Amino acid sequence: MQADEDMRKKAEAALKKNAAYGEDFDLNEYGLASETEERADDLEELSEEDQRTLLNVGFTPSEDNRSGSFLMLNNAVTHSSLRDDDVVELMSLRDAMRVHDWVKDYSWKLVEPDKDKYTAMSYLQDANGYFIRAPAGKKSKMPVQTCLLIGSKQVSQTVHNIVIVEEGAELDVITGCSTKHGIDKGLHLGISEMYVKKGATLNFTMIHNWGEEIGVRPRTVVHVEEGGTYISNYVTLKPVKSVQAYPTVILEGKGAFARLNTIAVAHPGSELDLGSKVVFNAEDTKAELISRTITTGGKAIARGEMIGNANNAKGHLECHGLVLGGGMQRAIPILEANVEDIELSHEAAVGRIAREQIEYLMARGLTEEDAVGMIVRGFLDVGIQGIPDELKADIDATIAKIGENAI
Amino acid sequence: MLEINNLTVEIGGRRILKGVDLDVEAGYTNVLFGPNGAGKSALLMTLMGFSGYNVVEGEIIFKGEDITNMSVYERAQMGMGIMTQRPPNMSGVKLYDLLNVISKDMKDTEALAEAIDMVRFYERDVNVGFSGGEIKRSELLQLSAQNPDFILLDEPESGVDLVSIEQLGKTINSLLQKDCKCPGDRCCHGKSALVITHTGQVLDYIEADRGYILCNGTVMCSGNPREMLTEIKEQGYEECIKCKLMKI
Repeated sequence: MQADEDMRKKAEAALKKNAAYGEDFDLNEYGLASETEERADDLEELSEEDQRTLLNVGFTPSEDNRSGSFLMLNNAVTHSSLRDDDVVELMSLRDAMRVHDWVKDYSWKLVEPDKDKYTAMSYLQDANGYFIRAPAGKKSKMPVQTCLLIGSKQVSQTVHNIVIVEEGAELDVITGCSTKHGIDKGLHLGISEMYVKKGATLNFTMIHNWGEEIGVRPRTVVHVEEGGTYISNYVTLKPVKSVQAYPTVILEGKGAFARLNTIAVAHPGSELDLGSKVVFNAEDTKAELISRTITTGGKAIARGEMIGNANNAKGHLECHGLVLGGGMQRAIPILEANVEDIELSHEAAVGRIAREQIEYLMARGLTEEDAVGMIVRGFLDVGIQGIPDELKADIDATIAKIGENAI
Repeated sequence: MLEINNLTVEIGGRRILKGVDLDVEAGYTNVLFGPNGAGKSALLMTLMGFSGYNVVEGEIIFKGEDITNMSVYERAQMGMGIMTQRPPNMSGVKLYDLLNVISKDMKDTEALAEAIDMVRFYERDVNVGFSGGEIKRSELLQLSAQNPDFILLDEPESGVDLVSIEQLGKTINSLLQKDCKCPGDRCCHGKSALVITHTGQVLDYIEADRGYILCNGTVMCSGNPREMLTEIKEQGYEECIKCKLMKI
């Protein structure tokens, strides 16, 4: 209890602590998001507009091909259902704390409450979120889908998620983050702590589709044990005011592996400060960080960081940024070796599409617009599996628009 | 089909082609010989309209239309196609995707790929990690999907092993529909081409109608391609340069 009290004091002191990166948001400008919202037990009874919003971030209201669904509107859990309760456990974090007394051992253990004002705020509010657990050896064929939705103006949504994939289990999660139609201003603070245990695999896809005046400050740390695999896909293609994230993966066990793909478009007025960090703490660990960003007038900063603390670790970092019609691209690769037997490399390039590539396709009969569209589509294609057709169509439409505007 | 008159081209302010005159009649396959750095590739790139090749004088007439200032896309739409020596790596652009777009979904591109032993590459990024021979086959496959009337081939045999050359030659032949031997019939139904060759090896597989020798950015000579090749093999290009000088 004393420890909790100490932590609370630290968090309170951190409420004024600015984050290391990104524009600062004054938390006092935003009201607390409501913790009571109407339940949505049947997702297909939501308004058509709301259903479309969900679909556009990979969340299917019909729940086809999903093993479970979890919806949080503002700070209220409005839906949580499971189709496959043998292979996966899904509930709100607060419920999980009640059901399993050991969940507290996973809470606020990877993310420090006093890291910055956003983590402090989430800690002090005892933020709710999803709890997903794949029991040892269980493999779900279908992903769990979750959605974090802001439904009121000028509020700050605080979320705290915990994902645990136990020994030898496999889990796919698709998380969509969005705002209801007409909500443009707000703040999303999201804490995610993920644990990939021995020989387990977590495939995590996050799709962001925010409003133009939304500030987004996710704080994610992933802990991977021996032989574990963590794959992350992060996609944000729509206008947003500011996203600053620096998810960190700690490869703690021998032979652990991580791959983080980031695909993002910075529209005019958007500032995306997207980092990824991998810490190699055990032998034979491997990681790939791939970042593909496009600016169409906004600002994109791709930070990639690899810290090698154990022998025979291998990592490759790739930051590619396209400037299409203005904006700013900055790639900041950081490689650090603290032992001798280590292999970390990076490849970074920013600039426009090579004229030679566009003309190569034009010589095959494509218009300049189609050629740019095809190259952009290829640029952003990192092979994300399991996204619904509606989202694919939306992504294609966004890319086509980028292609048109780029000329 | 193609008429080049007094074409002078600069790259980065350097004059690469000087007053080139050259014709390709409908149904003909003409061959371009010349030493390294003569400007052969530059001529093909200029004909396709790639940027960086600045026409400072002269004109290119294609199918009766002046295309000198047309975009690459417009030229392709009019029926021109090219196989370049070093196409760019197209990261993220899948070969099957490109083939389907090129053929406007009108052809069974997988069957085309099978015919040229490229099925393995169908889902790969175009040109990324392809060997020299694979690039040639991929280019020919794309041209088969595109089906142009006039084809520019830049050293189709370079970097290809002896066994593959036969396959390549046959593919080019079928692309050009050179199975019809009758010149009259060919000019009605066959495709036209302008082919750069260093070694002349490709001439074992395709019916070439006329040869040109390009040296120092200028056409030195034209005539029967096989006779020219024999002459070049015996005398080298020096003789051509001397010969042209003597004519002047």
